[in-house]
Amino acid sequence: MIQDLAVGLVFIGYAIGVLMTFGLVLTWVERKEAAIMSDRIGANRAYLRLPFTRVKLVWWGLFHGLADGMKMLLKEDFRPNAYDRLGYELAPWITFAPVLFVFAVIPFGGTVVPAVLFEGVPLLVDWFGDRAYSLQIAKLDAGLLLVFAFGGLSIIGAMLAGWSSGSKFSLLGALRAGSQMISYEVVMGLSVLGLVVVWGTVDLDMIVRRQSGTLFGFLPAWGVFYQPFAAILFLTAATAENKRIPFDLPEAESELIAGYFTEYSAMKMGLFMFAEFIEIAIVAALFTTLFLGGYNLPFMNDAGFIFPGHRVVTLPHGVVLVTQVVVFLAKVMFMCSFQILVRWSLPRFRYDQLLRFAWKFLLPLALANLLVSAVAVWMLRSM
Amino acid sequence: MSEPRSRYWNERSLTLWERSYLPEVVRGLTITGGVFLRNMAKWMTFRKGALTTYYPEETRADYAANNRGKHVLVQREDGKPQCIACNLCATVCPARVIEIDAALDLDDPAHPKYPARFVIDYSRCVFCGLCVEACPEDAIRMLKDVPALPALDRDHMWLAKEELMTWQPRRDPAKAPAEIGARSPGESR
Repeated sequence: MIQDLAVGLVFIGYAIGVLMTFGLVLTWVERKEAAIMSDRIGANRAYLRLPFTRVKLVWWGLFHGLADGMKMLLKEDFRPNAYDRLGYELAPWITFAPVLFVFAVIPFGGTVVPAVLFEGVPLLVDWFGDRAYSLQIAKLDAGLLLVFAFGGLSIIGAMLAGWSSGSKFSLLGALRAGSQMISYEVVMGLSVLGLVVVWGTVDLDMIVRRQSGTLFGFLPAWGVFYQPFAAILFLTAATAENKRIPFDLPEAESELIAGYFTEYSAMKMGLFMFAEFIEIAIVAALFTTLFLGGYNLPFMNDAGFIFPGHRVVTLPHGVVLVTQVVVFLAKVMFMCSFQILVRWSLPRFRYDQLLRFAWKFLLPLALANLLVSAVAVWMLRSM
Repeated sequence: MSEPRSRYWNERSLTLWERSYLPEVVRGLTITGGVFLRNMAKWMTFRKGALTTYYPEETRADYAANNRGKHVLVQREDGKPQCIACNLCATVCPARVIEIDAALDLDDPAHPKYPARFVIDYSRCVFCGLCVEACPEDAIRMLKDVPALPALDRDHMWLAKEELMTWQPRRDPAKAPAEIGARSPGESR
């Protein structure tokens, strides 16, 4: 039992470390990617100086994230004459915490067998026995449902922040956030339902394992090849959920200053920003898990590679494990930069366009996609 | 949805292809993504993938020939400033950035008055060039390069006589007697 706890703690530490790193690094990636795609250099002046030397570590401005965090921590925590003190203080945490919880059900690697991994250390081999763990903090059958449950919670944070601030801008932003996120939650759920119909499960670990095979012998059996429309719909809805351009109406700078967190300053405002950046990583991780085969490389399983023509390459357990973790992170990073590409390419919707887009365009498409996949699966099953 | 009617003579009507949104989104993403990949490939191969000039480490090569940049104090052949401390430039300056302290130089009877101190506060200079036009002695000119100004506070944006006189008169074509004609450079009047 204590072994499970130890492994769980390691996983939790890894997940929090990865998410925080993503949150910090993505601030830099966003600036740099925007700069490079508009022929600029981007933030590159912040540096760390090694103590007692004149050596400055600039590293292409990688420390701008640190500088930002430092600035937010050291700034005055201005307290406006808020309408509801308790709600005002709670809102950043209600926005921030559910974002972290979502990662609990996302599998970030294959199965780890500690006894095989630590073969050279008899003490650990004895201690772990024949236990095996999938690299996932909470191995829940209802994984996908949990994702939506916690995803829905962040609406409460935004609404609470806007309402309790006692400011017109905040209230308008919160109302926009509420209606937008609820509308797109529907689309998101329906688009994923098509995938659930195909895989027949909502357990994310199971979904990833189903994607390890091949389709027609050469294509990796990833969700994006089974459900291309659902992939596009999901990514669109997820961007709207994350309140990013082109769906950034809740915080439209030109109209609402910063929307529902206008009245927040210092690290409280930083928490909102940080939550947004971590949510980019979460959306990328979800998309990777559902549509890009999670930690799977094509032709790879827990034992090694199986190429077409029955050529088998067996790899040691540790190598497979590291490969899977790295592949997952690489896919997540790719999806993150794609979201940033979208953010710096598209103009913002008007508010009526936004809701019309959700209810009159995306929702029928998602329903049609669900219908077609359900009929197709039914016909394939009954054949 | 009622049928869209153009309300203005130049109102664009979108085709069905454009109104279906997704193809145009993909087109836009291709453009920005293409620019990103092109610039990124340049950076990866140690070339510069940006149009930005990395000021002040780099200076632009394409300043206009008559760009009004850093001031220089013209020197006589003996290395002294050609300025006679008449204060005309300081008087005409709309931003009042020039400060001159005059002094007496008995060694040079032709030009007994010279600036002991000549400073320009670049934090307020508007680069209008009126000082150059006001000068009766052609003693102050403007180069096309901008001064290396960036500093952490305004007090470090003052340039004094010594820095303004780093410009070499021998390289000045206007100072070469062969090109300009009979007049010798030392005696302008």
